[in-house]
Amino acid sequence: MNKNKNQKPANSLALSKTPTGIKGLDEITGGGLPTGRPTLVSGSAGCGKTMLALEFLVRGAMQYDEPGVFMMFEENAADLTANVRSLGFDLDQLVADKKIVLDYVYIERSEIEETGEYDLEGLFIRLGHAIDTIGAKRVVLDTIEVLFGGLPNDAVLRAELRRLFRWLKDRGMTAIVTGEKGDVSVTRYGLEEYVADCVILLDHRVDEQISTRRLRVMKYRGSAHGTNEYPFLIGANGLSVLPITSLQLDHAASTQRLSTGIARLDDMLGGKGVFRGSSILVSGSPGTGKSSLGAQFCESTCRQGERVILFAYEESSAQILRNMRSIGIDLEPYVNKGLLQIHCSRPTLYGLEQHLLMLHDTVLAFQPNVVVIDPISNLTLERDDNEVKPTLMRLIDFLKHQQITTWFTSLTSNEAAPESSQVGISSLMDTWLLLRNVEFNGELNRTLFVLKSRGMAHSNQVREFVMSNKGINLVDVYLGTDRVLSGTARVAQEAMEQAQNELGQQDHERKLRQLASKQATIAAQIAALQAEAEAEAEELNFAILQAQVLATATQQGTETLNQLRGGKASGPSGKLGKKS
Amino acid sequence: MKPALFELRLYVAGQTPKSLAAFTNLKRICESHLAGEYTIEVIDLIKTPQLAAGDQILAIPTLVRRLPEPIKKIIGDLSNEERVLVGLDILPVKRIPA
Repeated sequence: MNKNKNQKPANSLALSKTPTGIKGLDEITGGGLPTGRPTLVSGSAGCGKTMLALEFLVRGAMQYDEPGVFMMFEENAADLTANVRSLGFDLDQLVADKKIVLDYVYIERSEIEETGEYDLEGLFIRLGHAIDTIGAKRVVLDTIEVLFGGLPNDAVLRAELRRLFRWLKDRGMTAIVTGEKGDVSVTRYGLEEYVADCVILLDHRVDEQISTRRLRVMKYRGSAHGTNEYPFLIGANGLSVLPITSLQLDHAASTQRLSTGIARLDDMLGGKGVFRGSSILVSGSPGTGKSSLGAQFCESTCRQGERVILFAYEESSAQILRNMRSIGIDLEPYVNKGLLQIHCSRPTLYGLEQHLLMLHDTVLAFQPNVVVIDPISNLTLERDDNEVKPTLMRLIDFLKHQQITTWFTSLTSNEAAPESSQVGISSLMDTWLLLRNVEFNGELNRTLFVLKSRGMAHSNQVREFVMSNKGINLVDVYLGTDRVLSGTARVAQEAMEQAQNELGQQDHERKLRQLASKQATIAAQIAALQAEAEAEAEELNFAILQAQVLATATQQGTETLNQLRGGKASGPSGKLGKKS
Repeated sequence: MKPALFELRLYVAGQTPKSLAAFTNLKRICESHLAGEYTIEVIDLIKTPQLAAGDQILAIPTLVRRLPEPIKKIIGDLSNEERVLVGLDILPVKRIPA
């Protein structure tokens, strides 16, 4: 609470700004044009001064409830109305609703005779009257320099212009004054002398046959502003200055994951796929399967009922549908269901800015969960990298802000190192998959690996990337002692391994059998020996018994003999016993 | 009475010295050159600002010759009689024979 209280006075001290409603311009100027002050917009013919000024008024009237007066010195109201109808601005309606006053000031020198002193009070009265009738907050003077051609006395005119701008300030009008670019000065007649608060320069250049309009805030008193030259476009919805979005790294980071549509690839990316709202770059040389991978991602995302836009710069929509069907990815149902939009255009159709603007508008209109751009490198063919990078950076920031997962493919040439993505945007990417063709053993095989993936444990393994009519699959490559094998070499190796395995298995079984039979032999031997031992024991017992029987018989015999002979039975038996 | 040949309008903005001077000058010139052949309508834009756009008035004072056609405009306080007459196209063809 205290903090807020302390901040508020600081904010009110800062220059108050009036939003223009023009895409991008408010970002560059940090909120719009200085409220209650005139702004000079200068540029050569055909660079969009009138459009900018008019859009400022129309947006003010439609979006910010600030009516405006458009005082024109060049075109008449009917022409202007017709010219801007193509941009979707219905000036007639706005005029009827008393949101805008169009006042055409016509001045023709040949019809005017000058004698004696005069001033431009008439202009003031007209403007004042127009402002009062609708309670205007915004004023455009387009372009007041015409007066220099129409009125004979420069000195009077300059004095009156000075008074006019002061008068506009006094009335608190946020004004745009347009001026023709001069050879040496900002404007031909030095309007910048009078309008000192904010000066915006417009420029129209043709580079390598591609024309680009550019905007630069030359001066903005009392405020920080972007100082670069920014490309801008006049599109179907009016003016757009790129960046359409601010360059800020403050987007939220989701912890949700999104499957890539290939289970094994998800496994490589920490088991769950990519983060929602992150950016993924798939780079590779021609024919490595970038587009197919992108299409697979589209398909799996659509299958979960999410919305996807595919921007294709190489193939037509029908061609994509046909080609992807051949590898088992059928996108057509999703197109019919309205979950998938495919936008195809040739990159050379218009400049990068135009493409990005179209992309931006389409994304805002469709609100997708996923955007696939195939390939991003084509967009940048005819541009220098240093121009492309900031533009793409803004695009990526924009998409991240919207929490849109973005899948870029990028073509790298065969000669260059595969790690050098053509656009130099790899640092902006959260996940980078590299596809590579490996030529070995008379064939070309596709391999895939994860070069980086921020915020997750990811596999360091190379996988072979196989496309069949059942879709895309990743298989382990054979990691031998001396090389990584893929394709038929991998298959051969696998077959060999399988054969070896089988052999080993059989060997093992054989050994087991041998052991069993040996055990059986030994058991048999044991049984034989036991039988022998038993036989011997029996014989021994028999012998002992025999001896005993003999001994008994002998004793009985002796006793009988003694009885017969009349001797003592014990005597001789004792002697006999000692003897034996 | 003959219908006025010259239909003149003088646009002013309040009673400024320039406006007053312009009216006085105009009156004098008309009386001496176009006596009985003119009408002057003075329009004060402070009171009726909506009229400024119709005749494309920027400068004050402005004299507009509505009739005879074509429309002519003279800006300034009309202090240079010769230029006013040139501007109104009433010099001096009539006078030379006389």
